[in-house]
Amino acid sequence: MSTVGDAWDYLTDPVSWTGENGLFGTNFDGSLRFQRDSILALTLEHLYMSAAAVGIAAAIALPLGLWLGHLRRGGGVTTVIANVSRAMPTLALLTLFAASAIGFGNRAVIIAAAIFAFPPILTNAFTGMAGVDADVRDAAFGQGMTRRQVALHVELPLAVPLIAAGLRTSVTQTIATVPLAALVGGGGLGVIIVTALATQRYGEALAGGILVAALCLGIDFGLSRLQRRVTPAPLRSRATVAA
Amino acid sequence: MPCLYGRGVDNPWLSLDYLRRSGGEVWDQLVIHTSLTLQAVLIAAAIALPLAIVARRIPRLSGPILGVTGVLYTVPSLALFGLLAPFTGIGRTTVLIGLVSYALLVLVRNIIVGLEGVDRDVVDAARGLGYRRTRLLFTVELPNALPSIVAGLRLATVTTVALVTVGVVVGYGGLGQLMFRGLQSNYRAQIATSTLLCLALALVLDLAIVLLARWAMPWTRTGGRRARRRAEAARADAAAEASA
Repeated sequence: MSTVGDAWDYLTDPVSWTGENGLFGTNFDGSLRFQRDSILALTLEHLYMSAAAVGIAAAIALPLGLWLGHLRRGGGVTTVIANVSRAMPTLALLTLFAASAIGFGNRAVIIAAAIFAFPPILTNAFTGMAGVDADVRDAAFGQGMTRRQVALHVELPLAVPLIAAGLRTSVTQTIATVPLAALVGGGGLGVIIVTALATQRYGEALAGGILVAALCLGIDFGLSRLQRRVTPAPLRSRATVAA
Repeated sequence: MPCLYGRGVDNPWLSLDYLRRSGGEVWDQLVIHTSLTLQAVLIAAAIALPLAIVARRIPRLSGPILGVTGVLYTVPSLALFGLLAPFTGIGRTTVLIGLVSYALLVLVRNIIVGLEGVDRDVVDAARGLGYRRTRLLFTVELPNALPSIVAGLRLATVTTVALVTVGVVVGYGGLGQLMFRGLQSNYRAQIATSTLLCLALALVLDLAIVLLARWAMPWTRTGGRRARRRAEAARADAAAEASA
């Protein structure tokens, strides 16, 4: 089939990987720019945007989730946040931000993706901390440990499997969200699909779909291995049930 | 349409004027959005039920079934549309296939969790009464698994409503179509209105399922049990959520 042939040609052409003008350029204001005609540059941009979004989300959600989970308070709020974020279309938030003062481009995408990366980290950090056996907690307090010690040396290690699961969900979801950036003038691998569909070059759309799908599945697989490694062996079966 | 709203021109986020002028178009896209969501969830449920039953009866197949639906779930919607569009073309079919494949995992998983959560004593009692497998499944196991199945349906419906908007890349995104056009013409009222309608639609469909479930499960309406069922559903919900 010619579509498949086109996709093959696109993927095997070295120029579509490196681009005609190299991977990077400079913007008018001298800042670094990823070239949009190179698969490698788009992949790097994709990863950069995802990392920024998850980084921002984790910096707020992790401490907040750990703290609320340690106090065992605010479970209702975390559930509501998770539910509302599920009903909110990603495209809606992207277009709202792009049309607001934030403007078109990667910044709007990173903020929107960070908002969607937030709930899984928060919920899992909360559940992990709040789900620690009350007896274990009491025993730790009974030994004279301070609140801080109980939180950091007793609850946190026991919560690691769930926290890791939350981070994994969040990263996978963010990498799957960032392709939409192409619709609001941002970068990342979605550019290939959106441009190809708009210009009816279906071979490239197919190739772009394969690239994005491969990136997501690859990262998810890698993270699942990592998640297994940070989970102590006795907790593994429990973590997979919960995750 | 060229950019009507330049600098210094009033460009409100909410405007009744927009609804008055483009109400017909908004209604059309809302109808498309709703019908697409319902169709996708119903088809997904029709596929997920036999898959889940097979996965439970033949343990050897449960790995592959969960694996394949898991992969379909992980592939981003935009990539899926890019993969499908060359073969199924631009329009409704492509979006529908994408939505169904995305809803499958949640439904399959929740049906399996529900079936596995059925009280062993109840199943044993039914067996002792001489129930055969098929009758046991339809009259004992499935009704007892309903809370978890309903939780899955709610989750699938709400995410599908949000996901329809991505169909904009193949020209069939329901309310997403309005969001995208609003962005292109910098028409804030159009974006905000379609966003609010999306959220409202998710809320209304979610509420409809809850009411339908209350009607279908009269035994969950009484106090003590209701709390237990709710806890069960919440647990199934959490399991499905965490699997994402």
